[in-house]
Amino acid sequence: MLNYIIRRVLWAIPVLLIISLVTFYLGHAIPGGPFDKEKPVPAEIMANLESYYGLDDPLWKQYTDYLTNVLHGDLGPSYSSRSRTVNDIIAEHFPVSAVLGILAVMVAMVVGIPLGMISALKQNTYIDYSCMFFALLGVSVPAMTLGPVLVWFFALKLHLLPVARWGTWQQAILPAFTLGIGSAALLARLTRASMLQVIREDYIRTARAKGVSEKNVTVHHALKNAMIPVVTVIGPLFAALVTGSLIVEQIFAIPGCGKYFVTSVTNRDYPVVLGIMLLYALLIIIANLLVDITYSLIDPRIRYS
Amino acid sequence: MKSKLKEKNNTGDKVIVLERPETNLWKDAFRRLCKNKMSVLGGIIIIILAILSIFAPYIAPYHYADGSFMNNYEKPGERYLLGADFMGRDVLSRIIYGTRISLSVGMIGALTSFFIGVLYGLISGYYGGKVDNVMMRIVDIMYGFPTLLLIILMMVLFKSTFAVTTPGTFAGTLSDIDRAFGGLFFIFIGIGITAWIGMARIARGMALSLREKEYVEAARATGNSNFKIMIKHILPNLIGPCIVAVTLRIPRYITFEAFLSFIGLGVNPPTPSWGMMISEGYKAIRSNPHLALYPGLALAITMLAFNFLGDGLRDALDPRMK
Repeated sequence: MLNYIIRRVLWAIPVLLIISLVTFYLGHAIPGGPFDKEKPVPAEIMANLESYYGLDDPLWKQYTDYLTNVLHGDLGPSYSSRSRTVNDIIAEHFPVSAVLGILAVMVAMVVGIPLGMISALKQNTYIDYSCMFFALLGVSVPAMTLGPVLVWFFALKLHLLPVARWGTWQQAILPAFTLGIGSAALLARLTRASMLQVIREDYIRTARAKGVSEKNVTVHHALKNAMIPVVTVIGPLFAALVTGSLIVEQIFAIPGCGKYFVTSVTNRDYPVVLGIMLLYALLIIIANLLVDITYSLIDPRIRYS
Repeated sequence: MKSKLKEKNNTGDKVIVLERPETNLWKDAFRRLCKNKMSVLGGIIIIILAILSIFAPYIAPYHYADGSFMNNYEKPGERYLLGADFMGRDVLSRIIYGTRISLSVGMIGALTSFFIGVLYGLISGYYGGKVDNVMMRIVDIMYGFPTLLLIILMMVLFKSTFAVTTPGTFAGTLSDIDRAFGGLFFIFIGIGITAWIGMARIARGMALSLREKEYVEAARATGNSNFKIMIKHILPNLIGPCIVAVTLRIPRYITFEAFLSFIGLGVNPPTPSWGMMISEGYKAIRSNPHLALYPGLALAITMLAFNFLGDGLRDALDPRMK
């Protein structure tokens, strides 16, 4: 087991290296430099700028220099906002994305898990069907549809919530809901399936036979075990929501990493692009690793060689 | 199940024989699919969308690029059923033409995940060992990429590389193709590059367990080639769940395109993409909410239809999953 974990962690290093190499190459293959302006800069200044940032070095040297800096915890300077480094930018924008992601996961859990439980306990009744229909609706309605609908209804018609921006808790409600509702539906389906499997197990029958009350059986015996597969997806769900939040960030004008990434790509701000890409890749890799490890810890029958 | 009771008279005794019409997996699955009202509805919606996209010029009241500033932001009414956008173009016509974009992107995503993803997973899982190790490490690397960010980066690269090309060269031909597709060609490539990875994992997992089955061993013992075993014995057994998985993935490809067009990295204007219409309409949501809401509705209905169909297919093709 320990062997497996060590090997998986070690394998993450070449994966990150290759991702950084590909991103670095793709970024530099985009024609036009970061300092191209409408009004061309004089050649001497351009040469100075390029030598200051090391852009006149051969590509492989730029890459190895970059890697050395990254290993020292320095993600490099930003080309488009000169006063800030990539570390500053990520420190400023990533917490926003992370908070949005956490809120969305909470929405997903609070809405999804009870929905799935009710559905399973009332299997094949109209309650079950309508819960699952809503789940399907939630999976299907994309953020691009839901966002504008929510803004139109709650912000413009009812004047209950602000339209966009970030900072107060009211401003977080609509984006968190838009981002989380699809995953709520996912969790609802997962909870239902897992619950249905668990309530057919022998130990549930034993508990009932012992005379344990129905409520007690549901809460203590069934729910606890039914939650196992649900809990394991929370990590990757968080990673997916954070890395996928850029749609919601665009709609609600939220200054998160995703929105900044889009701006940076068009500005040819390679270090920012690379920094965010690596951070998100790391997040995804850790999440996937955690799933595999928790699975094998929870269910000892799963053995990794 | 339709079964016929037939009375047979053999030796004078009355024998009751249960007869069931001859069937195979696909007929059986189709029958089960037809029983599921939701998936039939999904299928019908998809057929309607396909008809709309093929015959868009005959169905849409106006051409998607026709507009006049005299009519901009006209409210829904007799002339424009769903109103007119900021350039005075008919929203309904643009939504109808937009089905072409969404459906073709969904189709390309489905085809690449099917032909590349499933074959890749099949080979990897069937051979196992070293081959599997190498092939799956490649998938691991692709899996580590934040998909949306990678596609954005590729789109910017494609768009700006091929914006200035000399005609006659390979790059020039590519950018000509892209222009002819209204900017869609590079979206196809971007989605194609990323679409197959998930399918490869699913197919590999199934191939890995199928190759241990007795009938595969029997096929091997009778001297069949690896290729033949893969195509004739393993592929047919994993194709059902793969069809289900691909159908359920189509909505994701459709949102990728909509999102790219939403942030201005997708189709070229005036090609009508629902994502672009939502982003244009969203700017005027205070005064004209319908401009963003109608294309959004079209997008949601399309995704719902594919999910309905995919769910029905899962119950039909893989009854154990239920």
